[in-house]
Amino acid sequence: MIQAVMVISTQAKPRLLKFYNFQPPEKHQDLVRSVFQLLSARPDSVSNFVKVDSIFGLGTKMVYKHLATLYFVFVFDSSENELAMLDLIQAFVETLDKCFKNVCELDIVFNFNKLHTILDEMMLGGQVTETSSEQIMKSVEEIERRYYATKSSPR
Amino acid sequence: MEQLRTIGRELAMGSQGGWGQSKEFLDLVKSIGEARSKAEEDRIIARELEHLKRRLADPDVPRRKMKELLLRLVYAEMLGHDASFGHIHAVKMTHDESLPLKRTGYLAVALFLDERHDLVILVVNTIQKDLRSDNYLVVCAALTAACRLIGEEAIPAVLPQVVELLAHPKEAVRKKAVMALHRFYQRSSSSVSHLVSNFRKRLCDNDPGVMGATLCPLYDLILEEPNSYKDLVVSFVNILKQVVERRLPTSYDYHQIPAPFIQIKLLKILAVLGSGDKQASGHMYTVLGDIFRKGDTASNIGNAILYECICCISSIFPNPKMLEAAAETTSKFLKSDSHNLKYMGIDALGRLIKINPDIAEEHQLAVIDCLEDPDDTLKRKTFELLYKMTKSTNVEVIVDRMIEYMINITDHHYKTEIASRCVELAEQFAPSNQWFIQTMNKVFEHAGDLVNIRVAHNLMRLIAEGFGEEDEGADSQLRSSAVDSYLRIVGEPKLPSSFLQIICWVLGEYGTADGKYSASYIIGKLCDVAEAHLTDDTVKAYAISAIFKIFAFEIALGRKIDLLPECQTLVDELSASHSTDLQQRAYELQALLGLDKNAVESVMPADASCEDIEVDRNLSFLNSYVQQALENGASPYIPESERSGVISVGSYRSQEQQETSSHTLRFEAYEMPKPSLPLATSQTSMSTPTTDLVPVTEPGYYKEDHQTSKSQPPGDAVSGEFGVKLRLDGVQKKWGRPTYSSSTPSSLASSQQTTNGASHSDGGGSSSQPRESSYGSKRQQGTEVSAEKQRLAASLFGSAAAKADRKAQASRKTAKDSPSTEKVATTNVTAQPVKEQVIPAAPPPDLLDLGDEPVSSNPPSADPFSQLEGLLGPASAAPVLSGTPATSTSKAPDLMSIFSGDVPTGVASGSTDPTLGDVNSTSSHKGATAVASKKGPSLQDALQKDATARQVGVTPTGNNPNLFKDLLG
Repeated sequence: MIQAVMVISTQAKPRLLKFYNFQPPEKHQDLVRSVFQLLSARPDSVSNFVKVDSIFGLGTKMVYKHLATLYFVFVFDSSENELAMLDLIQAFVETLDKCFKNVCELDIVFNFNKLHTILDEMMLGGQVTETSSEQIMKSVEEIERRYYATKSSPR
Repeated sequence: MEQLRTIGRELAMGSQGGWGQSKEFLDLVKSIGEARSKAEEDRIIARELEHLKRRLADPDVPRRKMKELLLRLVYAEMLGHDASFGHIHAVKMTHDESLPLKRTGYLAVALFLDERHDLVILVVNTIQKDLRSDNYLVVCAALTAACRLIGEEAIPAVLPQVVELLAHPKEAVRKKAVMALHRFYQRSSSSVSHLVSNFRKRLCDNDPGVMGATLCPLYDLILEEPNSYKDLVVSFVNILKQVVERRLPTSYDYHQIPAPFIQIKLLKILAVLGSGDKQASGHMYTVLGDIFRKGDTASNIGNAILYECICCISSIFPNPKMLEAAAETTSKFLKSDSHNLKYMGIDALGRLIKINPDIAEEHQLAVIDCLEDPDDTLKRKTFELLYKMTKSTNVEVIVDRMIEYMINITDHHYKTEIASRCVELAEQFAPSNQWFIQTMNKVFEHAGDLVNIRVAHNLMRLIAEGFGEEDEGADSQLRSSAVDSYLRIVGEPKLPSSFLQIICWVLGEYGTADGKYSASYIIGKLCDVAEAHLTDDTVKAYAISAIFKIFAFEIALGRKIDLLPECQTLVDELSASHSTDLQQRAYELQALLGLDKNAVESVMPADASCEDIEVDRNLSFLNSYVQQALENGASPYIPESERSGVISVGSYRSQEQQETSSHTLRFEAYEMPKPSLPLATSQTSMSTPTTDLVPVTEPGYYKEDHQTSKSQPPGDAVSGEFGVKLRLDGVQKKWGRPTYSSSTPSSLASSQQTTNGASHSDGGGSSSQPRESSYGSKRQQGTEVSAEKQRLAASLFGSAAAKADRKAQASRKTAKDSPSTEKVATTNVTAQPVKEQVIPAAPPPDLLDLGDEPVSSNPPSADPFSQLEGLLGPASAAPVLSGTPATSTSKAPDLMSIFSGDVPTGVASGSTDPTLGDVNSTSSHKGATAVASKKGPSLQDALQKDATARQVGVTPTGNNPNLFKDLLG
């Protein structure tokens, strides 16, 4: 299963943290720091997979993608396929791009709650449930529509 | 430039308008981004938290405002600041009627709280209510929250509703309900075990999405108990076949591959079900062959499926044709330029060689390339492969390489892992004792503190016992070479403690055995060790014990020996040590010096380091004393488990486990007077480890108790676990060596032959030396590299030397070529991406064509799973799968933007748009702007943002100008 989704800026700032195995908030910064250290030490041309037993426990692996100013990081255990996870990041980013019309770091900073919504549609309890960005967008838009409906309704 | 940035920022923020963020939040983010130091940032957030605290507690704040406050709280917590005061507000918000607020509440609670947190109880009730809601979005939110927040105890509270939702008309709800149930299963398999049949039923769901979700729990179930799911093999194969044949609606396609994640999950399941089952595997071969044939090696996800297919084939009952296909794909991976694919290739190779070790031979050069790759991940994976293929013929090369690599890594976790692997391989395959000791020395020298102490004990035992009975001469030769090497190394600074312990022990046992070194020389060395490691009591204890032994041997041989001044100083110092253990050893040494020859021989018997010391566990020599005491009116010993007051003793003991035995003994006397009925029950509790009454909390210790109490007659007055423990302690103290196990070697004084150090440094050492140096120069001299690699390859893989040589002739040629081609590849960096982008452009662009032919592309609107329906009892029959709605048409232009820039996976966007091809061939930046202007019309609102910021989602490298640098630090 997928254990964590992280988006970390190249300035080592967390932009999104979602853990599917609970991690106490106090530990989050340590995790971000160790992951970032690992990532920043890796050159661009190497593979996108890293074993992270020392950070997330035995048998855990991490797949990341470095896009402009952000690292997208998925942490998972041996029951997932590394290449598939890499494509899951791709699907996630594609969805973001659709959602925000050319997504940039600022979109993510201001709308991290929306990112959570998107992720909740993509995966649940650490398992992938949906990878089609159209489907995800449809669900998210449905939620948004309700939001505006309630917003405009008099209270 | 500054102006441009400002405009960009304003535009970007302008486009945020629709998201309901207030200016306050924007300002917060902005000021954090502009903070010049961590301290300044902390100050800003502390101020923000103060503000939030006030506002959240304010009853007049409108509810919508509350949502934003809560989000700001989540944001602050994400940045690492304590926001626990707001948790209760998050819980409160989950009760809200309005969906967005409720969702925000759930989100915050899920991020803040553990399922065991006290506040979660308050949420369970809300979840329960929401699961019954008419609004399916509310139900979805509740299910999502349930996945995160429902712990073991709360499962029964929501379970009935979740099960009911499995039949909900909305597929999104069904899907989430399946996942929630799966999550419950993971939390506590017992509480949902009776519902497992539901998963089978959902496998025939009309919606492929729900079916796909069901595979997740089924995979877990099958992993646990494959045999009860063998009947599903045919269904799984059928599903996979239909997916591969594109019978699913195209909305399940991802980058032109039909439902890849479902395929991968199915392959994983089949791998488990087919493992060691010829019949089940027989059903799978056809579809696996299909996948290989249709396999798309151009896209990432296509390769993911192929890799999973290889995994499946290596797991199920082997089939030569399949293996051949798998090997072929593996070699494609290994030959690829992508590090990711090489990594997968190495992994796949590791799986395949388990079935057919010969497969590796073909790829030896590729493997060696990976071993020397600068990519650490790849290197480690390759070591993993080598570890799997180690044999007695190649162990020397592999372990040498591992150690070489181990020396240079800093990551403790991995260093430990690789060190223990070296030890394991060396123990298992060591070609000679010399090599083994030499290898162990290297491991201990560089990673001594990371290796399990058991390994050190094994090494000592090995040196003491030798490798077998056959040749005593070889054993003593081994010992003297060990002594030689240790004397050489002992002076070096910063040796790990466990290594020093070995050195001291070996020098003590065998330092003088062969007569090459004088006793005073060895003692002098040992004194130096003790002096150089003032803070390490264990090393000092080993050193003094070694000195003790050398004195004993000398006295036993009838030689006169003087206490050297430095040794006297050491003894004096240790006699006054804070450690009673060291004191005891020092006093023992002094006492020994006063003993005569015969006494010394019985204290330190010669040639006895491997002999087991018999421990009288029943303390039978005390029987007469006990008997006497009983006759004099003393009360008999009652085992602790039979005594009352066990619980209080237990709780006391658990606090001070170290001194258990002595405390219990004392307690026993006080608690004696009231033995009564409860004793019996508490005694039985001793035999069942789960009962609370058991006083011992430490599991390892308990096990020991359990064993001893089993092995001894229950009525024995002196038996009982603490007695045993106590006595062992006594024995150890007596010999003064607490770290030794019961089979403590004490001495061995067989005469030894003198061997010079040369024998020690030959073997692996001499051959590795030139190898290393040639590695150093390999980058410059291409041809020599290939020869070198050949040799390495031959030593790694070559089962027969002749075979390898023959191969070398052929493959040297290719190896010679490879450096030059590599060079071309690297200098042509720009050409590379172009090629990559052009190739995938060939297949017809499905996604973009959606608008033109929305329905016709999914031919059968019949339920692809109808075949399955008969399998699992009643399942609703109506085929609901309609064609994909053409909702994505309006988004088509956007799709291009995603695909065009994304080099590694970038699929198929170009082909619709001829200009894109040109764009790609120009510089990437220009390409970006070109595309941007192309899609301009749809994005008038944020042109500026578009030009630069879009690269976030689009360009894989990080060398773009950072638009928001000013904002985000």
